[in-house]
Amino acid sequence: MRGSTKLALLLGWLGYGLLPWYLLERVSFSSFGWLAGYPFGRAGSALALALSGQAPWLLPVGLAFALATLGLFRRDETAVARLLMLAGAAGMALFFAQGFAIGLKGQGMPWLAALLGGAGASQPGMGAGAFLAILSLLLLFCHGLAYRGYCKGDLFTTSAIGVIVLLIGLFIFFPVATILESALIDQNGAFALSAFTSRFFDSSIWGLGCITANTNCGVAWNTLLLAVLCGVITTLLGLACALLILRTGMPGKRVMRALTVLPIITPPFVIGLALILLFGRSGLLSNVLYEWFDVPRSRWIYGLPGVLLAQVLAFAPIAFLVLIGVVQGISPSLEEASQTLGAKRWQTFRTVTWPLLRPGIANAFLLGFVESMADFGNPLVLGGNYEVLSTKIFFAVVGASHNQGQAAVLAIVLLGFTLGAFWVQQRWLGDKSYTTVTGKGDSGLPTPLPRRVSWLAGLVILPWVALTFVIYLVILIGGFVKSMGRDYTPTLEHYRTGFSIDWSRGLFFDGAAWDSFFTTIKVAAISAPLTALIGLITAYLLTRQRFAGRGALEFATMLSFAIPGTVIGVAYILAFNVPPIEITGTGLILVIAFVFRNMPVGVRSGIAGLSQIDKSLDEASTTLRARSFTTLWRVVLPLLKPAIVSALVYSFVRSMTAVSAVIFLVSAEYNLATAYIVGRVEAGEFGLAIAYSSVLIVVMALGIGLIQLGVGERKLGRRKLIALSGSAAQPIAQGAAS
Amino acid sequence: MTKAGPASVEFRNVSMRYGSVTAVDNVSFAIEAGRLVTLLGPSGCGKTTTLRMIAGLEIASEGQILIAGRDVTRLSAADRDVSMVFQSYALFPHMSVLENAAYGPTVKGLGKEAAREMAMAKLALVGLKGFEKRYPSELSGGQQQRVAVARALVLEPQVLLFDEPLSNLDAKLRRRVREEIRELQQDLNLTVAYVTHDQEEALAVSDRIIVMSNARIAQEGAPRELYEQPANAFVADFIGDANLIDVAITRVTDGRADVALGPLTVSLPARGLSVGPARIAIRPESLLIGPAADAAGLPGTIRKCAYLGNHLDIMVTTAVGELFVIQYGSREMLPEGSPVSLSFAGSGVTLIPPV
Repeated sequence: MRGSTKLALLLGWLGYGLLPWYLLERVSFSSFGWLAGYPFGRAGSALALALSGQAPWLLPVGLAFALATLGLFRRDETAVARLLMLAGAAGMALFFAQGFAIGLKGQGMPWLAALLGGAGASQPGMGAGAFLAILSLLLLFCHGLAYRGYCKGDLFTTSAIGVIVLLIGLFIFFPVATILESALIDQNGAFALSAFTSRFFDSSIWGLGCITANTNCGVAWNTLLLAVLCGVITTLLGLACALLILRTGMPGKRVMRALTVLPIITPPFVIGLALILLFGRSGLLSNVLYEWFDVPRSRWIYGLPGVLLAQVLAFAPIAFLVLIGVVQGISPSLEEASQTLGAKRWQTFRTVTWPLLRPGIANAFLLGFVESMADFGNPLVLGGNYEVLSTKIFFAVVGASHNQGQAAVLAIVLLGFTLGAFWVQQRWLGDKSYTTVTGKGDSGLPTPLPRRVSWLAGLVILPWVALTFVIYLVILIGGFVKSMGRDYTPTLEHYRTGFSIDWSRGLFFDGAAWDSFFTTIKVAAISAPLTALIGLITAYLLTRQRFAGRGALEFATMLSFAIPGTVIGVAYILAFNVPPIEITGTGLILVIAFVFRNMPVGVRSGIAGLSQIDKSLDEASTTLRARSFTTLWRVVLPLLKPAIVSALVYSFVRSMTAVSAVIFLVSAEYNLATAYIVGRVEAGEFGLAIAYSSVLIVVMALGIGLIQLGVGERKLGRRKLIALSGSAAQPIAQGAAS
Repeated sequence: MTKAGPASVEFRNVSMRYGSVTAVDNVSFAIEAGRLVTLLGPSGCGKTTTLRMIAGLEIASEGQILIAGRDVTRLSAADRDVSMVFQSYALFPHMSVLENAAYGPTVKGLGKEAAREMAMAKLALVGLKGFEKRYPSELSGGQQQRVAVARALVLEPQVLLFDEPLSNLDAKLRRRVREEIRELQQDLNLTVAYVTHDQEEALAVSDRIIVMSNARIAQEGAPRELYEQPANAFVADFIGDANLIDVAITRVTDGRADVALGPLTVSLPARGLSVGPARIAIRPESLLIGPAADAAGLPGTIRKCAYLGNHLDIMVTTAVGELFVIQYGSREMLPEGSPVSLSFAGSGVTLIPPV
């Protein structure tokens, strides 16, 4: 056995024999009341609990460790390998069997519990000891595989694959599977397909009342209509803007680039909030229209028009970011070729430019479509009577009805839509994009747009840009006036309510917003590096290692892109509210949610960065006796700095702005900024909400700057190379669909 | 660190498959310790895959690989005492020359000072003293190549591998560097496996050459053996030029064969062939052009004659087909259409098996 295997084994015995097996509440390191009865009782170790008969079902897991320990006395490596694989696999199976079979009273799987000697027993959620034990079992199994020669016998590679697979399984597939399960069982916990079908085909989901009768349509149709409209409009705006900037002499390229960063650092519902302050019944513009033109005040903004407007404003820059790349990618010489063959400008546009643009346009549309489907903040703020799936899921869980089955069914519908869009994107667009950029220099000049196209495009984007500016103006000043729309007296009152600091008794943060603010920063700061780490390791495995099931792993990581936040939120509370993993209400679940929501971006930016690093560098390192971990640490990571920056920035920013997943997961103790702001909006305290939002925007801008400073530039000699990959914001265009 | 010294390498029925593609098909050979052996062949013949299997960068699908008599078939690259100089050099762009060279001992945990010393010694050996602080991007192609060699040498590996090390250098530099590599190999008594597709390079540096074609070994031997005694048409054609002509062996006596070549009958070493169809490979410089009156020769007419400085390239049309002749010495251009007679030099005409 090699040293690291011994370490893994030691870790396992530590977790099994010493640490408290179960998750503890109120752990403190100043008073040790929670340790009462150790090593027995609530804080007991598995070994003690199993031997004393309190939890006999933990005994088999210990036997697996004992079996693995036998490997210490064997010389023959193949025998050790077989022993480790057997112990690891059996141990993991027994571990999960007891965890899922024995849970709270009356839950779990009674037949399996009886088999394991725990009939009628109950146990709380797993804790530190259990965590170390399962990690150790997994590592032992993976090391066994490595001894057998898998992945060229590299311990780090097999272990990393094992850990990633386990994490994805536990925190993506298990929760989603739980949704499916809870949709299929009725209130009493019995399997009921009929209940599922009746809920699934309910007229509140699929009803066509708005066409056939004068009632509301089903929520699925509402969502679909909104998403299609949002996709179409954002794509047109993005395209118009990209064409105008790249193909005409229009000024303002810098401004447009800056505009694309804004939605990334803007919490999603802030646009909706600003729209209320502008167009609501007592909104700024509504007042003007009423007083000057006698247009009656109305509530038109609440419903489809308002949600659509907010989503278009929020997501059009993303479509722009995608399409500007596509337009830039069309080699000018193709158009010049068309012109030298006698085509007029319009003919060239129609026969060459447009067909080349088409795949990019489809891509942008799908992005807008998925974004709109997954959006939760804007429909919540502006939806009114216009229900969409994401808000309906929310109210099914937190509302008076508290119908988890209903929420699960709705989540399945939403998941079906987004997975469908994802599938279309992968299958249909995957092989249809035309690469027109070759490595060779292209000296042609892009054809200017035909005049009518430029006029049309200009007309389309002007109001959009104007409205965006007004919106951000509102956000900026909204926090500094008494009440937007009613009383424009300048005041610091909102900031004082949220962020006042009392110096009289030393430093004391007595503002109402500080708690959630600090929690947010803390959770974002913890989850960002974890996201980057897991994402980059996964990217490394996917691009640099060959192993069975690599395709499946890649698909699984990309799939989690397509799962809307609302679905993840519901899935997490369904899956992690009960043992064996009982972490709802803790800060841990927030961190985990963020890590696995943002992981695909880490993976993507890692893959993009790695594809620019010649594989022979890795091989050179390997032939100089470096193991894969050393190679990763000394060669790959230093060259990957830009990818690390973008993964960090993205996950930090997304953690600060995310609403949809975490609104289900926050608790009184661990509240997040976004959830707090949504609460203020619902309570009508717009001033505080706007003030808090602007603080978040500023903090995120600062955070981005700090991370970029901290990670620094890659050092590639005194002759400075142009950075291989683009700015930190680049992968966000790809990641935006999450 | 004790120096392990050069080690032998042995392949026993090794195959490498990627799905349905066979990159290396049942290959066996041995490299003696302290020798430089070249894997030579056209692109896609499996020579680089073979080299990477020695390194452990590819794990063979079948067969056994031994280094110094020890079975290393399943060992990863990091566990084998083998270093490699890559075609692209694969210098770490974020490390200085010294850091690159010291990488091996550093990751082995030998301590900073020891690693530095070892690296400096090898850098001096390749003539790069004074360049340690530079970054790879600040070096010329030839210098980068030397860094790559120094880095590979630092751990004094049992086997050193070169993957087309000269392909990124210009023609003049290539000749010099290949001589340096050969000198280094002989001075340090290294076992070297060297991949190239350039037959001249292979002839110049090797103790032995393994010619590969279509994932198999076409022939293995000393440079001279391969050039003068090619085993088959592929080797004859790939190493140097050859006129390949289908012939018939009419009689074999005492290891010599009478071969009917057009109107002539030529006596050649039989090389184990028996009466029946065969081929002969004639080196272009082994065809001598004489006056048409020479009745003992093969009559022909000049079709083309090109002046190439130190020699003439001549195409001659004969009864057995068009023959390619290289004439050194005589600088007189031969007019197109003039009749000549071709005779054979004492060497460079070889019988090879029919296709």
